[in-house]
Amino acid sequence: MTPNASPYIPNTDADREQMLAAIGVRSFDDLVQEVPAQHRFPELNLRPALSEFDLTAEISALAARNATPGDYACFLGSGAYRHFIPSVVKSVVARGEFLTSYTPYQPEVAQGTLQVGFEFQSMICEITGMEVANAGMYDGPTAFAEGALMACRITRRHTIAVLDTVDPRNIEILDAYTRHQGCEITVVGRDDDVPADAACLMVQSPNQFGVVEDMAALAGRAHDAGALAVACVNPTSLGMFRTPGECDVDIVAAEGQALGVPLSFGGPYVGLFACKDVYKRQMPGRIIGRTTDTKGRVAYTLTLQTREQHIRRERATSNICTSTALISLLMTTYLATLGRSGFQKVAELCYHKAHYAAAEIDRLPGYTVRNDGPFFHEFLVECPRPPAEINRALLDRKIIGGRDLGDRTANGMLICVTETNTRAEIDQLVTALAEIAETAALAKTRGP
Amino acid sequence: MTTPDDRKYSEEHEWALVEGSVITVGITRYATDSLGDIVFVELPENGTEVTQFDKFGEIESVKAVSDLFTPVGGKIVEVNSGVIDMPEKVNEDPYTVGWLVKIEVSDQSQLDKLMDATAYDNLTAE
Amino acid sequence: MNVPVPGEIDRRLLNERSVPGRIGLQMPGLDVPEQPLPDAGLLRSQEARLPEVSQPEVVRYFTALSRMNFSVDTNFYPLGSCTMKYNPRVNEELAFLPGMAGIHPHQPDETVQGALQLIWELQSDLGEITGLPGVCLGPLAGAQGEYSGLMIARAYFADRGDTGRTVALIPDSAHGTNPASAAMAGLEVVTVPSDAQGNVDVEALRGLVDQRTCVFMLTLPSTLGLFEPNILEITGIVHQAGGLIYADGANLNALLGIVKLGDLGFDIAHSNLHKTFSTPHGGGGPGAGPVLVSDELAPFLPTPLVTRDGDTYRLTAPERSIGRVNGFHGSFGVLVRAYAYIRAVGVEGMRQVAENAIINANYIRVALSDEFGGDADRICMHECVFSPQAQKAKGVSALDISKRLIDYGIHPPTMYFPLIVPEALMVEPTETETKDTLDRFIAVMRQINREIDEDPDLLHDAPHDAPNTRLDEAGAARNPYLRWQPDEDSQAAD
Repeated sequence: MTPNASPYIPNTDADREQMLAAIGVRSFDDLVQEVPAQHRFPELNLRPALSEFDLTAEISALAARNATPGDYACFLGSGAYRHFIPSVVKSVVARGEFLTSYTPYQPEVAQGTLQVGFEFQSMICEITGMEVANAGMYDGPTAFAEGALMACRITRRHTIAVLDTVDPRNIEILDAYTRHQGCEITVVGRDDDVPADAACLMVQSPNQFGVVEDMAALAGRAHDAGALAVACVNPTSLGMFRTPGECDVDIVAAEGQALGVPLSFGGPYVGLFACKDVYKRQMPGRIIGRTTDTKGRVAYTLTLQTREQHIRRERATSNICTSTALISLLMTTYLATLGRSGFQKVAELCYHKAHYAAAEIDRLPGYTVRNDGPFFHEFLVECPRPPAEINRALLDRKIIGGRDLGDRTANGMLICVTETNTRAEIDQLVTALAEIAETAALAKTRGP
Repeated sequence: MTTPDDRKYSEEHEWALVEGSVITVGITRYATDSLGDIVFVELPENGTEVTQFDKFGEIESVKAVSDLFTPVGGKIVEVNSGVIDMPEKVNEDPYTVGWLVKIEVSDQSQLDKLMDATAYDNLTAE
Repeated sequence: MNVPVPGEIDRRLLNERSVPGRIGLQMPGLDVPEQPLPDAGLLRSQEARLPEVSQPEVVRYFTALSRMNFSVDTNFYPLGSCTMKYNPRVNEELAFLPGMAGIHPHQPDETVQGALQLIWELQSDLGEITGLPGVCLGPLAGAQGEYSGLMIARAYFADRGDTGRTVALIPDSAHGTNPASAAMAGLEVVTVPSDAQGNVDVEALRGLVDQRTCVFMLTLPSTLGLFEPNILEITGIVHQAGGLIYADGANLNALLGIVKLGDLGFDIAHSNLHKTFSTPHGGGGPGAGPVLVSDELAPFLPTPLVTRDGDTYRLTAPERSIGRVNGFHGSFGVLVRAYAYIRAVGVEGMRQVAENAIINANYIRVALSDEFGGDADRICMHECVFSPQAQKAKGVSALDISKRLIDYGIHPPTMYFPLIVPEALMVEPTETETKDTLDRFIAVMRQINREIDEDPDLLHDAPHDAPNTRLDEAGAARNPYLRWQPDEDSQAAD
């Protein structure tokens, strides 16, 4: 007997024969007669199947062609952050009962996913200081954009004012989300008036250059104009810095990746979304609530579902139909493991290491730290040469440098330091930057 | 439960009860039965002007949402805060404690466009 | 402490187990000199009330929670339209290779050539499988792929100066995201009726298309699990009116190696990698929803794509791109898993996937149609829909049947969808289930049918054997309780 071709498909030829007979057809072809004959069974230009052994070798070879932080010292941030992830997190997320279940539409057999989601919402409220949170969005930037749409629904206004220090990439995504909603995006400076017809003022803190914004003052200005304050925050920074809740912000979005989620080249991540209680019925996404079962026992369920696309269809608060639950689980396990003191400690380690690095770099000839306010773990450095050139030279020394912001500010490089960067790495970076600047200076004096 | 014959009914399953120049509006038992457990009621504020048969609010059960269409036009003079706080009152008795709004009506002839209880029962029996 | 009850599950939240002083992780020390702190006014005044629990407690807590879930790994999970197939373990391992899971999205292209090559290869493979060669893997879920696809359609018409096309035609059997995405894209939704057999009503469609038609969004096979017999006529009608045809690829599993969407005349599609390409559903995400288009529409794809130049791969923006729809380059970890799946299945395996999925579904359809109001005559694709109205007449609903399945260790099918089928139960077994499993499912369904006559309360009160009996969902919605509150707060609220 010929063994099956695929380990993922259990039925044998004999099984199939019995089943086709039970169905009452002679062959599989009889089951697809409605597919137009001229297009049926097309040629597929794919490669042959790989054994698990060969597959592992092939993908491992691809992975080996990437320069991996860890092997390289890495000082990139700007929306995605390298933090230590405890082993517990990885082992919990590998549980098949979490990994291979669907959205908890049948709550009696999804209490695991649901209770994790309730913990997740609770933790977001705690770290942001907000009253309610949903069960998760795609990522930080899309959650931020959904925040703007929500503000438009609440205020019935259509001008979205965005502070000019918000990352341009976030504005680009905001544009994609609001383009066909009749909304207008207006970029405003810190000292500009919030337009009188604005639905919201959108603030990012720390901003695109790493500077912590005065969210309370900005929220006050938004409220004076009858607009809502929508903030995008870095959740790690909230281990130390003032929360959006304390600043009277109305709607909060955040990229949850920093809390226990691998960098994974940009995804999958999880968007955190929280707001004041009065606005909860205008929230996008899934929400989990606590209730009881017929025996009076505690249970959790998806709730306020009439906001969502599967019920309200074209009038839903959003088209989203995921909560990125597995990534929420990563975050929930991460925060559970870090606990109350660990959450603060990570923020403090980032803060002190980044400020140490900034002070050392600022001392180097040719380099200046250019921040117009306090920062957390990222800072802008004006370099003596284009950052792309510096980064190439750093790469030769097994260092992945900061993000090149040369398109926004002259020779600007955004350097991020987290608890994963050791003092040895930071000192190597500083030494390397000094050498690279000297080589450049030398090259210049020699000149043609 | 029998359909009260002291009031008029619309095809959208709302009732209108005349009390002088003010008309009380609610939804019918047929509507609550098809919606199931009502969990949220959204009603306009006092003073809002509404037009006959236009949407004036929304009513939600766990897994459905329905528009509310007013059986008469006029100015809303009272909103039942009881059903906003405890939506289950609409299920309990949609004809008494579960009323939704009171509307001051200038033109009583609007009522002619509504059905009586017998006609409404015939409609829902179909 | 409460009196212990045998069998009771400890449902306390982490914060209700928290003991001051416990830690779950030893933190590294500070290896640089302490730096000056910012103004106290910038710092948070109240600490986040996160739990204080030890590591063994964390592990036991989450492991205990996991055991309250049904999952593909533990249960037959025939959830229609969700394609709950086996998720190969090797793919998890590959996605977590440090060279994949550890790389930063802002790394320069030359440092991530392996990742970019993987994206490029997957773009090509998906283009080949669907016959729609313009592929962007960026969208993070089906709904985002759908929204991207609709924005592409709008950009395409705007580019041609054809600005009057503002209508999305959507069948009444469609998934709710279709109209929700269309509304986000600023399109007016017009519903296309189905005929008595559940196919698109072709004459009605003919009457609805005109110069305002932007797209016709069609799920193929349909949400009833049926292949649209008039598909070429339908794509012809829409094209003749100048509109585009969008394929909701939720059910692509049934088409692998059977037919290509592009060959049928579709212009745009999205594919749910977490359905067809075996990436885990994760309890509701993360997914990935690549958007796929014809060559003509490729210049409008979202940013970024990966292009190949000799042996070098780079991230690029298409020339008239609709822009970025999310933070980085898509759900890369999901893309690694999907690519690994395609390589493991290979050219010879694609059609086998669809074949076995279709055979499994028809096997169930034929066995259960008579008893549960299915269509005994019409062949289905990868899923079948039952309509137990006879049971409803006896006072037992599709919901009751679903909940009773739980007692037999089977996850309920999709209920009450599609909306056009009364008491719908939609069963999608997938190709990764054995004939034995299907035979047991059939036997269980028949047994349940007998129970309806013998003891209907067995169904009304089901599930009996789950962590919870039925929930007070109305109570949850009337008084939303959405986060942990410390005792003193909740008492104050009472």
